[in-house]
Amino acid sequence: MSDITFIRAESVTTEPRLVRGAVIGTVLVLIAILLFAPLIAVFAEALSRGWAAAVASLGAPDARSAIRLTMIVAAIAVPLNAVFGIAAAWAITKFDFRGKAFLITLIDLPFSVSPVVAGLALVLLFGANSSLGAWFIAHDVRIVFAFPGIVLATMFVTFPFVARELIPVMIEQGRAEEEAALTLGASGWRAFLTVTLPNIRWALLYGVLLCNARAMGEFGAVAVISGKIRGETTTMPIMIEMLYNEYLSVAAFSLAAVLALLALVTLTLKSLLEWRHADVLAATRRH
Amino acid sequence: MRASILRSPSPLPGFGLSFGIMMAILSIVVLLPIGALLGRGLMIGPGDLWDMVNSRRIWSALSLSFRAALIASLFNLVFGIVLAWVLVRYRFWGRKLVDAAVDLPFALPTAVAGIALTALYAPNGVFGQALAPLGIKVAYTELGIWMALIFIGLPFVVRTVQPVIEELDREVEEVSATLGARRAYTLRRVVLPTLAPAALTGFALALARSVGEYGSVIFIAGNIPNLTEIAPLLIVIRLEEYNYDAAAAIGIAMLLISFAMLLAINLIQIWSRRRIGLV
Repeated sequence: MSDITFIRAESVTTEPRLVRGAVIGTVLVLIAILLFAPLIAVFAEALSRGWAAAVASLGAPDARSAIRLTMIVAAIAVPLNAVFGIAAAWAITKFDFRGKAFLITLIDLPFSVSPVVAGLALVLLFGANSSLGAWFIAHDVRIVFAFPGIVLATMFVTFPFVARELIPVMIEQGRAEEEAALTLGASGWRAFLTVTLPNIRWALLYGVLLCNARAMGEFGAVAVISGKIRGETTTMPIMIEMLYNEYLSVAAFSLAAVLALLALVTLTLKSLLEWRHADVLAATRRH
Repeated sequence: MRASILRSPSPLPGFGLSFGIMMAILSIVVLLPIGALLGRGLMIGPGDLWDMVNSRRIWSALSLSFRAALIASLFNLVFGIVLAWVLVRYRFWGRKLVDAAVDLPFALPTAVAGIALTALYAPNGVFGQALAPLGIKVAYTELGIWMALIFIGLPFVVRTVQPVIEELDREVEEVSATLGARRAYTLRRVVLPTLAPAALTGFALALARSVGEYGSVIFIAGNIPNLTEIAPLLIVIRLEEYNYDAAAAIGIAMLLISFAMLLAINLIQIWSRRRIGLV
């Protein structure tokens, strides 16, 4: 009897077999066209003149300096955003104060601002014809069309990643454990390092991973603020654009393939984190 | 513990430090630059600002950015709901791979996506050659902009709807079936309304992202003024001419669109929280 009810319940809460097959087929075809084809195209174009040409183009001075710059920018912008994310999550989840909802909206703001508008805003704030920009130039600090501007632009577009990941996790974990640690005589720092940090480490890693992928690939905001000075302020995405516009297809796609590999590594690590540590990642992914 | 009117007391330390770090970085990276852009707008004055935006080329660019984003996001709304349903409810070979691949547009840099799509859809590309006999041109037309925006907006609806489907109570669908509803009716009247708030949130996020998208679009768009020139590109062109006021005028118009969308997302979330509890 129980078998019969089970089968009936199963069949009324799913679609007919034929419909399922057709839907799965359509979805797979669309995914292949929309997602897999562009990814394959990157590698196919990079290797269109063979491995040697692709590898040689990556050894060119322009490509090498672009790779170096992108890594340095990410190495500065991502940790700063992680510090911001931890501080913001601590302030927002461990204390009650007015205007919290508005503050969270402000943190989310960069997600809905065009990267080009972000770059423009930074140029207007730090550019030569603003008072702040003039002051910096008078003190021999260049921000626009220089390295600090690229870091700021990268931080802007990747701003919410870590905070967004930590806040739901820390809300769910509450304050009781830290309060218990304090009652037992731990200092605030010790409570943070030995209680909070172990609780949020996977969520933190998850946020940093996504933040890093976006940071290394940022194009619009950096295109505006970097001034695209060859060999000086050209990050990998900017270099890709330059090479592409110069019809150096193999060189452009080889550099793009490096970033595509980075994206694949990011996706793999992200999936691993989701499968292994789903219980301690942001609540939104589990519900 | 000292507590102020603005903050309730808490036994935990570190409010000053964490709040200070947060506000310092938030101000330098986000608030001051956005303030500088809006301040520039105030200096120019609303009248001159309007005159600067009110040209055929800028209106074409703004409406193109918005129209293409809307079309791509509507496609992603429908496809995203179906894809999320397939990933949660159906079992098939390669499901986990597809699930992981959905986030590819988040991880793949936009410039890389842009040149890859152009390589595929250009007249001598694989898809371009296949579509040419049908008389369909994708690269260097508005269709190409749609393709780029569909690519970058694809994950949003899937990722907001998927958790809701996982939480759906199948018993409700059983009840609906027992009461004599056909499967299609149950899906339309019982399942879809539950997914609506999450789907709309994802749609709004995708729309906000697509309106301002630059990297993936400029390679495939062809960038013909009045036809396939998107608003962010116009900002870049004005900046390259050192015409900061004109760039700021377009930037403020786009910022206002962003604010409106952020407001819409928040309203959707308040509405859905009232309707079905926490999202």
